[in-house]
Amino acid sequence: MSEAVSSLRLALVGNPNCGKTALFNQLTGGRQKVANYAGVTVERKEGRFDGPSGRVFQLLDLPGAYSLEAASPDEVITRDVCLGHFPGETAPDVIVCVADATNLRLHLRFVLEVRRLGRPMVLALNMMDAARRRGIVIDVEKLEAAIGIPVIETVAVQRGGAAGLIERLDGSVPAVASFDADSDLHAQVRTLIADAVSMPRRTAEIDDALDRILLHPVFGLGLLAIIMFLIFQAVFSWAAPLMEGIEAGVGFVGDWVGSGLAPMPMLQSLVVDGIFAGVGGVLVFLPQILILFLFILALEESGYLPRAAFLLDRLMLKAGLTGRSFIPLLSSFACAIPGIMATRSIQDPRDRLTTILIAPLMTCSARLPVYALLIAAFIPNQNVAGIFNLQGIVLFTLYVAGIVSALAVAWVIKLVRSDKSEHALMMELPSYRIPHPRDIAIGLWERASIFLKRVGGIILSLTIILWFLSSFPGPPQGATDPAINYSFAGMLGGWLHVVFEPIGFNWQISIALVPGLAAREVAVSSLATVYALSGQEEGLQAIVASQWSMATALSLLAWYVFAPMCLSTLATVRRETNSWRQVWIMASYLFALAYLASFLTYQIASAMGAA
Amino acid sequence: MRLSELTQGTDAVVQDVENVSEPDPIARRLRDYGFVRGEPVRLVGRGPIGADPLLVQIGFTRFALRRAEAARVIVETVA
Repeated sequence: MSEAVSSLRLALVGNPNCGKTALFNQLTGGRQKVANYAGVTVERKEGRFDGPSGRVFQLLDLPGAYSLEAASPDEVITRDVCLGHFPGETAPDVIVCVADATNLRLHLRFVLEVRRLGRPMVLALNMMDAARRRGIVIDVEKLEAAIGIPVIETVAVQRGGAAGLIERLDGSVPAVASFDADSDLHAQVRTLIADAVSMPRRTAEIDDALDRILLHPVFGLGLLAIIMFLIFQAVFSWAAPLMEGIEAGVGFVGDWVGSGLAPMPMLQSLVVDGIFAGVGGVLVFLPQILILFLFILALEESGYLPRAAFLLDRLMLKAGLTGRSFIPLLSSFACAIPGIMATRSIQDPRDRLTTILIAPLMTCSARLPVYALLIAAFIPNQNVAGIFNLQGIVLFTLYVAGIVSALAVAWVIKLVRSDKSEHALMMELPSYRIPHPRDIAIGLWERASIFLKRVGGIILSLTIILWFLSSFPGPPQGATDPAINYSFAGMLGGWLHVVFEPIGFNWQISIALVPGLAAREVAVSSLATVYALSGQEEGLQAIVASQWSMATALSLLAWYVFAPMCLSTLATVRRETNSWRQVWIMASYLFALAYLASFLTYQIASAMGAA
Repeated sequence: MRLSELTQGTDAVVQDVENVSEPDPIARRLRDYGFVRGEPVRLVGRGPIGADPLLVQIGFTRFALRRAEAARVIVETVA
């Protein structure tokens, strides 16, 4: 460990919304590693950068906190790591405390609280560009003298905006003298601001103006509905050309590899029918997942998400939730796992549990493959009222069905629960910001790599297992049916078919649901594999359109609104709630709802002649 | 009067934050947020449904507080 001699461990702390993550990205660029803290599921982000002297810095991005008197698991981590009490983490050599220069009344209090720890620290006065635009003048020398730690101005979203900070850290940072622990921090902050800060007005005019519109009782709610609707239209229409490109590319490479393997039919079948048909069928949804995350990240960065939570709080409260549930639930549209993990920002344990239990009802992007396949096969691609696409409207309806069921389930949980004591909201509405392309790009890259790792790991291995189950044992001499009917998968599908027949699923669907337990999107690749091994040469969409009834397609769509099968989600729930009971409750209620919804859909659709 | 009873757009000053239970984590968090004696406060807006939650400006920051949370804050209007 030669680098340990000269490397310095830094920890980035600060209030939520101080621009800490942007500063982290500015300092480390792409050189960062995301994992979890030992034993808990709070995200741990670490990165590295070099100082001008060649010294290596290791930077840890701690969760945002309002106070070291921790009120949430995130704040406990921040406190314990700063103090050096967290098992498996060494205390940082220097604490870099970040404060938003436009929000010093709140943020300086936390700076002073961290200063009490008596550890070497510097203060990064971030968002100095926004402060200057608002005419805020900060006497940095005076501030530095008054609080006794180095103060450096930064602009995290500007190239070179942290150069001064890097230079200062490359020198030596003295420990601060410890201060009287009983002093009134609020009084000290007021004195500091009176002496060193001049501020023309307490709020930004642009925030006032935007809030008047975006939080307006009528326009605000209307705009929220329009934004959500546009996101879903975009997910479907923008992604189409990219998806066609990926599909064509995978098909071309598959054929090329397959022709090279022609002398070995077994291996050829595994590669072409198993790997390329399966993995390609999932990879094709990467554009949609990225577009969805692009919107979520942009809304998050802009400061709009807490506004949406504000608008919806009362509605969600009636259903037994909180406005804060909005952000985890919105993330669950991408994937329930980050959504469930994001519930850590909900301080009330009951609100948190309810949010976790309904998160899988938000239509995650892994369900998009199934929806996309069925909608493309059964719903005509035509315009409605000139501007809307019928397929987009059906997709939107499926999402709404998930949301409505989630609210209903939350409401039932509220009725069942006997504890009626107060739940808290208390949420900061940060200043509006223009999202920075670099921060969004880094966020998107993180999501894309998680998705691709899933494709490479779980999905690839399941596809291969399914190929094996579908190919062996081979058909007996003189068999007339397709070979897959005699295989393990055919038998398994036959048994499951008994359970699923009343809801209109054929045996191919029944088989595909089994690997779909591990990851929902695998169901599509499994269908592709099953049909490819049945000797059908057409694309999956053409097969489905010609062989399934409308009632079966609608029933499967209804099933996937609830889709009880995702082992990774259940594992996350186990980890986050530390309770098998919650896992069982979730799995059984989802299964019951899915079966009921599909049963009703199939029987009603059949009765109406959609056979 | 209480922050929850303040009319929209009126300037006021915080007098105290009451604990409604012992301990009261909500009241403690309000004090961390800057709801302390002498701090100027203003009700900026209200939620679209049932005029809840309230949009409150304290210091340089805006918070969304439910009525029961805002009711813990005793304020005095500024003439």
